[in-house]
Amino acid sequence: MILDSKIPEGPLAEKWDKHKFNVKLVNPANKRKYDVIIVGTGLAGASAAASLAELGYNVKAFTYHDSPRRAHSIAAQGGINAAKNYQNDGDSVYRLFYDTIKGGDYRAREANVYRLAQVSVNIIDQCVAQGVPFAREYGGLLANRSFGGAQVSRTFYARGQTGQQLLLGAYSALSRQVAYGKVKLYTRSEMLDVVIVDGQARGIITRNLITGEIEQHSAHAVVLATGGYGNVFYLSTNAKYCNVTAPWRAHKKGAFFANPCFTQIHPTCIPVSGDYQSKLTLMSESLRNDGRVWVPASKETAERLRKGEIRVSDIREEDRDYFLERKYPAFGNLVPRDVASRNAKMMCDEGRGVGSSGLAVYLDFADTIKRNGAEWVSSKYGNLFEMYAKITGEDPYEQPMRIYPAVHYTMGGLWVDYNLQTTVPGLYATGECNFSDHGANRLGASALMQGLADGYFVIPYTIGDYLAQTAPKPVTTDHPAFKEAEAEVRARVQKLMSINGTRTPDEFHKALGHIMWEYCGMARTAEGLQHAKKEIQKLRKEFWSDLKLVGTEGEMNQALEKAGRVADFLELGELMVDDAYNRNESCGGHFREEYQTPEGEALRDDEKYAYVAAWEYQGDNQPEKLNKEELHFENVKLTQRSYK
Amino acid sequence: MAGSNPNAKPMNLTLKVWRQRNRNTEGRIVDYKVKDISPDMSFLEMLDVLNEDLLRQGEEPVAFDHDCREGICGSCNLFINGRAHGPEKGTTTCQLHMRKFNDGDTITIEPWRATAFPVNKDLSVDRSAFDRIIQAGGYISVNTGGTPDANEIPIPKDIADRAFEAATCIACGACVASCKNASAMLFVSAKVSQLALLPQGHVERKTRVENMVAQMDKEGFGACTNIGSCAAECPVGISLENIAIMNREFINAKATSNNLA
Repeated sequence: MILDSKIPEGPLAEKWDKHKFNVKLVNPANKRKYDVIIVGTGLAGASAAASLAELGYNVKAFTYHDSPRRAHSIAAQGGINAAKNYQNDGDSVYRLFYDTIKGGDYRAREANVYRLAQVSVNIIDQCVAQGVPFAREYGGLLANRSFGGAQVSRTFYARGQTGQQLLLGAYSALSRQVAYGKVKLYTRSEMLDVVIVDGQARGIITRNLITGEIEQHSAHAVVLATGGYGNVFYLSTNAKYCNVTAPWRAHKKGAFFANPCFTQIHPTCIPVSGDYQSKLTLMSESLRNDGRVWVPASKETAERLRKGEIRVSDIREEDRDYFLERKYPAFGNLVPRDVASRNAKMMCDEGRGVGSSGLAVYLDFADTIKRNGAEWVSSKYGNLFEMYAKITGEDPYEQPMRIYPAVHYTMGGLWVDYNLQTTVPGLYATGECNFSDHGANRLGASALMQGLADGYFVIPYTIGDYLAQTAPKPVTTDHPAFKEAEAEVRARVQKLMSINGTRTPDEFHKALGHIMWEYCGMARTAEGLQHAKKEIQKLRKEFWSDLKLVGTEGEMNQALEKAGRVADFLELGELMVDDAYNRNESCGGHFREEYQTPEGEALRDDEKYAYVAAWEYQGDNQPEKLNKEELHFENVKLTQRSYK
Repeated sequence: MAGSNPNAKPMNLTLKVWRQRNRNTEGRIVDYKVKDISPDMSFLEMLDVLNEDLLRQGEEPVAFDHDCREGICGSCNLFINGRAHGPEKGTTTCQLHMRKFNDGDTITIEPWRATAFPVNKDLSVDRSAFDRIIQAGGYISVNTGGTPDANEIPIPKDIADRAFEAATCIACGACVASCKNASAMLFVSAKVSQLALLPQGHVERKTRVENMVAQMDKEGFGACTNIGSCAAECPVGISLENIAIMNREFINAKATSNNLA
């Protein structure tokens, strides 16, 4: 199959405007005849659901939460980028585009990223109109701050809870459409399969998480806005329910999965404290605006510190190594996430890590507190400091925070064309669930931007084009394809319930997480990946013969929910390993130890790997087929990324 | 270990947990023992330990709601020793750590109790009433596109900050669970005052408060008698001032509008 990305012709800056003119429109009276299913109610899903309903489509919105407002977008802390140039510091649409392409280590599509930068300015206008209370200056205008990978201040924020405020904005728009009857909301409903009729996505199968009922829902098009798959590592900053099931089911029905090995390890998270740990907590990247990252300059000092022979305050200024400032003077503590994470790992590998495990570096606010006062720091980062104190029992105003990288975001996802359509006609993927805009590494404050760009400003145009062009015929759930998909889902649920083994879903999930983190985490090798593949296959076999569940499927059963998600992670994990093995280069978050510069930076191979790896499912336990979408850079020159 | 107290010993605890099969059956308290609980565990991680033990023994794990485990999604909602989200002030259940308890403690864990929040199973309750209240008017009626530049309307910083404070409500329902009348006034007023404070929200301020209050009453939440336990127990510090703002908005609306609701 030849992948057609459907990038419009013409100069970069005109592509989206031209495309908007060229798309076919559905007239207002006909919009009423079309139903659109949207799975997921985070930023990408809620914004799409509200916008499509406002246009007149009948929307069915699904979430496995008890309310749309609980989606994991709510936990995003730092901010949202937009090329407003309110600070007069040299920002522009082109600069945001350029920073994003470069930050992604030249593995994203130029046209998509440029569009993202263009609509970024509309997002801020939209959110302010909805009543999103962004931070403001004393003159009443909007405030900005800086984020990694940029030398301008373009990040809009609402203290350390920007995701919450943006999501509540989208949720309010969605709620308004629910009240109008244009959106029908299905809460506590988990999508377990997509239904394909005559080659087009025409519905989904869900399980009601309260009653256990398996339900069928039909529509003219389906949008997946189901987030990322970082929980394949078990420990991540993702919420506990985050999973890959919806896109993975779609993948098995024909949607290609792109760049699955591109995962983002966030540099500033609270370190692991014990085996019982259920998740990791992020400390916003915004902290790197004012915090300085360091470790002891010598191994010996670090060792004494870990043993508790000296305290952090005993280490003199000249015995501290502010390694990011030293190695990257131009960007300092604000280098992109992949660079910051890798360097923290390097310091710990050298034996200079801190904390009793040695798997942590310091993020120190002492200088800022001395310069601006504790009150100033509290007004900017108060909630983050409180959270840190609650989790660790330590006071970050008194001693530096200990941080360590953790899995945070997945750049890979369902392959989509310029219209955000997957390889299955009528099936769309938006937000973190698709692969489209971040290449091999996402810049901070760009996830919120992409989710809302897709939902508010892209999907409303492109889905109309599809409906106008194909005019799909009405289909009801009486169609045999629905019965067949439902039977498959039932069989799978019953199979999980009937294994009757000895190990819990969490035990399998933790085992998988260990393999993924060890061999497909911050550093990867061909040998390690081959080993991981075997381990995952073995674990998957054990899962299907030794899983333990109790209760029944016809009621609320959280262990059963978990088991279904782990089963899909066990398949995805192998594909991630295959993808990482195939990509014989280092780029962004994908670091293959065999491919690095003498300074230990990622070494790309643009000759051979300037492509999107789009994997095609071939059947159970069959190797997947690799399809390549070559990336063409017409505006940006590919260079070795430098933040020095 | 991460904690401030590296010498803290693992704890053994007795848990008294509310078990209820579903909305239509009666529930009861069941006793469980958990052993070797690290003081650095979060409260929910302690329940994870219990659930793994139960599952291995072939007993049904305790159903409870949770997700982000960072105190922001509002999913977790346990009534611990008679207090919403437990003993620590300004803290959600997921951010409550076991170092706040002692070896040998008995801990009672119940779901939120309110007519408007029926029990789904065990400790999980149905809070969709909150969604319906927002649907009744908790928004500014703008469609996507065609909005003015974000800096068109300057908003004084103190007003923006107050609106933000009100907007940080996580809709967990601790206010309802802590109120002897099971009133939802704090939740509703947080949204009403956020939007009443901001100039963008002024156009619809009267119909908004009328419709939201009407829906609140319809859902079966109780009346407010100004005790203030809601604000005292709110994990994110939503201020009682919001209720005063809402009362003023409501009276103003009723006195001058067409009394829609």
